[in-house]
Amino acid sequence: MTHTRLNAADIPVPEKTLKFEGSGKQALEQGRTRLLIAGTVFALAFCVIAARVIDVSVFERAEEPRLAEERGTLTHKTGRADIVDRNGMLLATTLNVPSLYADPKYIMDPIESAAKLRTVLPELGHADLIAKFSDKKRFTWIKRNLTPRQQYAVNKLGIPGLYFQNESKRIYPQGPLTAHIVGRAGFDDVGLSGIEKNFDSMLRDGSDPLRLSIDIRIQHILREELQTQIDAFDGIGAAGIVMDVNSSEIVAMISLPDFDPNRRDQISDDAMFNRATLGVYEMGSTFKIFNTAMALDYGTTTMRNGYDASKPIRIARFTINDDHAKNRWLSVPEIFMYSSNIGSVKMALDVGGDRQKAFMKRLGFLEASAVELPERGRPLAPSPWRPINTMTISFGHGIAVSPIQLANGVASIVNGGVRHPATLLRRDTTEMLVGERVISEKTSIAMRRLLRLVVEKGTGRNANAKGYLVGGKTGTAEKPGRGGGYQRKALLSSFVAAFPVNDPRYVVLAMVDEPKGNKSSYGYATGGWVAAPAVKRIVERAAPFLNVTPVDEEAPEIRRSLMVKIPQTKGKKALASF
Amino acid sequence: MSSIARTDTSILGRWWWTVDRWTSGALLLIILFGALMIFAASPSVAERIGLDSYHFVRRQLMLLPVAAGILFVCSLMTPLQVRRIAVVGFIGCLGLMVLTLMFGAEIKGARRWLSIGGFSLQTSEFLKPCFAVVAAWMFSEWRKDNGFPGQWIAIVLYSVVISLLLMQPDLGQTVVISLVWFGQFFLAGLPMMFVGGAMLCGAGGMVAAYFLFPHVNDRINRFLDPAAGDSYQVERSLEAFRNGGLLGTGPGEGQVKAYLPDAHADFVFSVTGEEFGAIVCILLISLFAFVVLRGFARLFAEQSLFVLLAGAGLLAQFGLQALIHMASALQLMPAKGMTLPFISYGGSSLLALALGMGLMLALTRSRAGRMEAL
Repeated sequence: MTHTRLNAADIPVPEKTLKFEGSGKQALEQGRTRLLIAGTVFALAFCVIAARVIDVSVFERAEEPRLAEERGTLTHKTGRADIVDRNGMLLATTLNVPSLYADPKYIMDPIESAAKLRTVLPELGHADLIAKFSDKKRFTWIKRNLTPRQQYAVNKLGIPGLYFQNESKRIYPQGPLTAHIVGRAGFDDVGLSGIEKNFDSMLRDGSDPLRLSIDIRIQHILREELQTQIDAFDGIGAAGIVMDVNSSEIVAMISLPDFDPNRRDQISDDAMFNRATLGVYEMGSTFKIFNTAMALDYGTTTMRNGYDASKPIRIARFTINDDHAKNRWLSVPEIFMYSSNIGSVKMALDVGGDRQKAFMKRLGFLEASAVELPERGRPLAPSPWRPINTMTISFGHGIAVSPIQLANGVASIVNGGVRHPATLLRRDTTEMLVGERVISEKTSIAMRRLLRLVVEKGTGRNANAKGYLVGGKTGTAEKPGRGGGYQRKALLSSFVAAFPVNDPRYVVLAMVDEPKGNKSSYGYATGGWVAAPAVKRIVERAAPFLNVTPVDEEAPEIRRSLMVKIPQTKGKKALASF
Repeated sequence: MSSIARTDTSILGRWWWTVDRWTSGALLLIILFGALMIFAASPSVAERIGLDSYHFVRRQLMLLPVAAGILFVCSLMTPLQVRRIAVVGFIGCLGLMVLTLMFGAEIKGARRWLSIGGFSLQTSEFLKPCFAVVAAWMFSEWRKDNGFPGQWIAIVLYSVVISLLLMQPDLGQTVVISLVWFGQFFLAGLPMMFVGGAMLCGAGGMVAAYFLFPHVNDRINRFLDPAAGDSYQVERSLEAFRNGGLLGTGPGEGQVKAYLPDAHADFVFSVTGEEFGAIVCILLISLFAFVVLRGFARLFAEQSLFVLLAGAGLLAQFGLQALIHMASALQLMPAKGMTLPFISYGGSSLLALALGMGLMLALTRSRAGRMEAL
């Protein structure tokens, strides 16, 4: 800078550039010098930019693959957690499925495009497609939920203006088989019924599958056998349960009719109704299990005692009698075996209303079941609890409970007398179960013998699956009519059993709604004819899966464990009512 | 072109032999690259805001020949003509800027655009080159020592321009115009004491802007501490360069333009980085540097202080815009919306730059004996 200035001052101004003189010339020289500085600054700035480009593009890239990371976090969450059965079989899962839509603006030839697309998706209407492709809108659905194969085929056509959007779809691979248990989730993955609704937030958050207590194999057997009975006896519905007596885990549970949760549009209200948990019914004679256990446990009677069942009981305007009663004294085992209403009523009266109510409460019959479904029916129990209620409840009328409560109650009676709430979730086998004692172990053992007696010699003989020691009780209830009173023709025929009854493992309940008698049942539509055969086949088919091996029923130790001494009575035996 | 004989004294002939063909070639290359980039960067932006994919492409390609025409016509001028057109343009632009403040459409909290016959015009863009020439004239008159108070007039004009710009407000243009004007003052021989003082003023102005304008405050805070706030745009921009690497993802294959709101304008360099890679970016930087430095070199041989100051002002404006644009994209400075000359989308910017570079080419033409100098 100084050097240039000196030059400007020292060198004489040439003649021909006279125009620039004095300070004008000096100004120009100064301008040039400073221009050099400005140029240097610019050159440096451009170099810095170039260095930074290399730095970011080449070196930072090598150090940290940031884009890859950020893409990783952007990946779509798989969404709702799966639901599996106790063995891990998939009951519900979520898939990402492509849906096809069109942006008509980019469809060049609607007619040709429609024709081309129909070669791959022939179910789409030609005219409809042309209308959609000619639309002014920028978005129109063409087909939701394509298979990957269809998506590939559509892509291969290369029609401009067709695009895919990924949607998540809830899939139920077992279809109707577990529909009433698993329930279903609607659009936007919102649980609408069943486990899907009950565990909605958990399923949405969690990624671990939800493991149910259900065994899909038993579920299948139960459904098939119940459907067979509906078909054979022209029933309007059925319910069935297989429950582990020691843990109260529900191994199988069916309500018919059912529905395919994958077909959202074709579900009727009747099919959605869960008879096994939501429906509450007056169960009829199966309740004599609880009545007898109650009387034995309170000690108001013993296996050796009995009651006079010779005369019908009249109270107010009601008359209680035994169908085909033989008008004689009946021992307690006989009352149970022949399902005598008169005997049952007298047993209940000896116990008394207050204690009966307390016993029903202990069995969980006065409040809704704890099962993990939103579809839980509230029992209908009398209030106030009058003597007439005490009498009718003894043979299963005047109180309505859901089938799951019945099965749970029977499990509590036969398992040694301890009640665990029914569950649809698989229990950890190492889990220490603390239940609530409802009857003594002694009473429980007595009840096992009585149940076996019914199958061996009483109304439940059709349930006798050879080698599996089935013990159970029939029930045939008349359904209440619309205008009050009971309908003799509209029955609820059930059979509840435990097997092997000398050391029970499982409770099986089969119930058919409004069966009609046929030739094979000699016109009967009772529990013994409609439900008991189903239980027999269910036990025979399910036992191998449940790891229950057949035994020799005549073996002395088994005979001894199940022996019932029927006290000798004067007069002849009478066939009791159902 | 070689058919033009050295002895051809027609306007075109003289132009061909006197214009700086290297710089013209470099500018042409930049313009052609700009045409390519508008294809690469603008469709995704157009689609995102619901326009036809090629909306911006069509508009820009329509204007490119016009810009080339302006560039050529302006480069035919003599320095005197350059000065005259700049004075007329400067006065016109000042008037238009006043109108803009009165009638302009308010977009994103600023009045910068004037609607004339269906075109929206950013008047301050055209003011920039005109003001550079006018300021150069005033500074050169000052140094002629004939008593003309050129420097004071320049200061007054600068104050008027800056006031109008800050009323819009348009801080980016203010910074560019201030730097160019100050640079010219510096070249014209502003005593070093004042240079230091002016630098302090500039720094003070920045600090004032930081406290006065909330959006400036916000941007600078984000630059100083990227973790503190949402530096979404700059993060995406850097991601573009990382993604591009040395060779780029290929034209049209970039992802980041889908996330950058102004991928076709304020972040076109990031799209270049992603799709064409670091090597092409450096070639582009070299083209800009070449135009600026070669222009400076030619001005160095100039005999007229006015030509030197005007040419340097125009080149500085061109170079500064490029530098600010690229530095913003690379997080070397707080994000500042600035077009990359001839590459970014924007009609006003394109035509105004054509005007400025046209005038610059006119000023850097070789003149016999430099006698035309003023």
